[in-house]
Amino acid sequence: MTNKKENLSRRNFIKYAGITAGTVLVSSAISPFNAVLFAANKPKGKGVWYGIAIDIEKCIGCGSCAKTCKIENDVPQEPFFFRSWVEQYTIKKDGTIKVESPNGGIDGFTQSVPANEVQKTFFVPKMCNHCSKSPCVQVCPVGATFESPEGVVLVDENYCIGCRYCVQACPYGCRYVHPVKNVVDKCTLCFHRLKKGLNPACMDNCPTKARISGDLNDPESAIALFISTKNVYVLKPHLNTGSKLYYNALNQEVR
Amino acid sequence: MPSQIKRLLVLGVIIVSLFLLLKFLMTPVSFGQFGHYRGLALDEIAAHPVKYIGSKTCIKCHDTIVTMKNEGYHSDIECENCHGPAYKHNKTPKKVKLFKPDSREFCAKCHSVNLARPEKAITQQKINKHHPGKKCITCHNPHEP
Repeated sequence: MTNKKENLSRRNFIKYAGITAGTVLVSSAISPFNAVLFAANKPKGKGVWYGIAIDIEKCIGCGSCAKTCKIENDVPQEPFFFRSWVEQYTIKKDGTIKVESPNGGIDGFTQSVPANEVQKTFFVPKMCNHCSKSPCVQVCPVGATFESPEGVVLVDENYCIGCRYCVQACPYGCRYVHPVKNVVDKCTLCFHRLKKGLNPACMDNCPTKARISGDLNDPESAIALFISTKNVYVLKPHLNTGSKLYYNALNQEVR
Repeated sequence: MPSQIKRLLVLGVIIVSLFLLLKFLMTPVSFGQFGHYRGLALDEIAAHPVKYIGSKTCIKCHDTIVTMKNEGYHSDIECENCHGPAYKHNKTPKKVKLFKPDSREFCAKCHSVNLARPEKAITQQKINKHHPGKKCITCHNPHEP
């Protein structure tokens, strides 16, 4: 007891108060560099900031998005290069989950599991999430992949050295190495169409209009209303990628 | 100052200036204009050609059939969704003709029975049992189904 009382002398009080104030000041000064805060906050930008919304309840699994994407963007036709593809998830009555994507869904789906074994089944269209804190952008050693001022993650094919680091980093598997150019290729959200005032090819050609893209900064835009009025969810939120691809009615089994 | 320190300093200056020179020579033009990337890359990607030109272009010539489609169940479907990209046809309409799908498999991509398809969203048929062997378009007009 006596010791504690001695410690509360004026000198010690000022010392501890100084240390506390200093810690608070320093930590607030370095907070912009904090990785957790960096990943959790939205960037404060002005102008158009693109996001994507997909309504799983509307998707009929026709594969039009995957087909048009390949043609519009000259993606190799082999069945393992995709910028956009569709997966069919089938949760069976015994609890096992089957995920299939024959040729990315381009040739259509045939129900491979008998109807009496199916508990629940649905289509999940997948594409680049155009993350605002993209792991793929962060790992690029040369600055060949980047987030454009509009929030679109792009690859500079004239500057990419083809090291494949970003292919490893993307948690959604949305990148591939172009077999002819030998550089990394990915969804550009049809940047060339956006710049000409058109919608991305996959959105325009979706027969049920299950997918939309638009300006997240505009509270009146269709996508902002979609996100604010439906129960939307992003893939792998625990990775703090800042994904801007919002799914309506996403099942928790989807990876 | 000892002579060996002087020599080290000179060497240091040479290495640093060589690094700066190489950095200046090897950094591409427009790198760092907007961020840690080539600013020109944005223009290069934006210059890619558009292939799906949209039904607003189709209706300029094919007004009857596009209007017919727009009034039916297939109103939300773009012409090019079935007929393929029309950018070449738009430039040389007589030389390049578009694809006219007529197979059962093509219709089945959307209309075959699959539990994953929302029932109310789309008409579904058992493709093996619904008039097997016949082409869908003999009975159904795809532009006015």
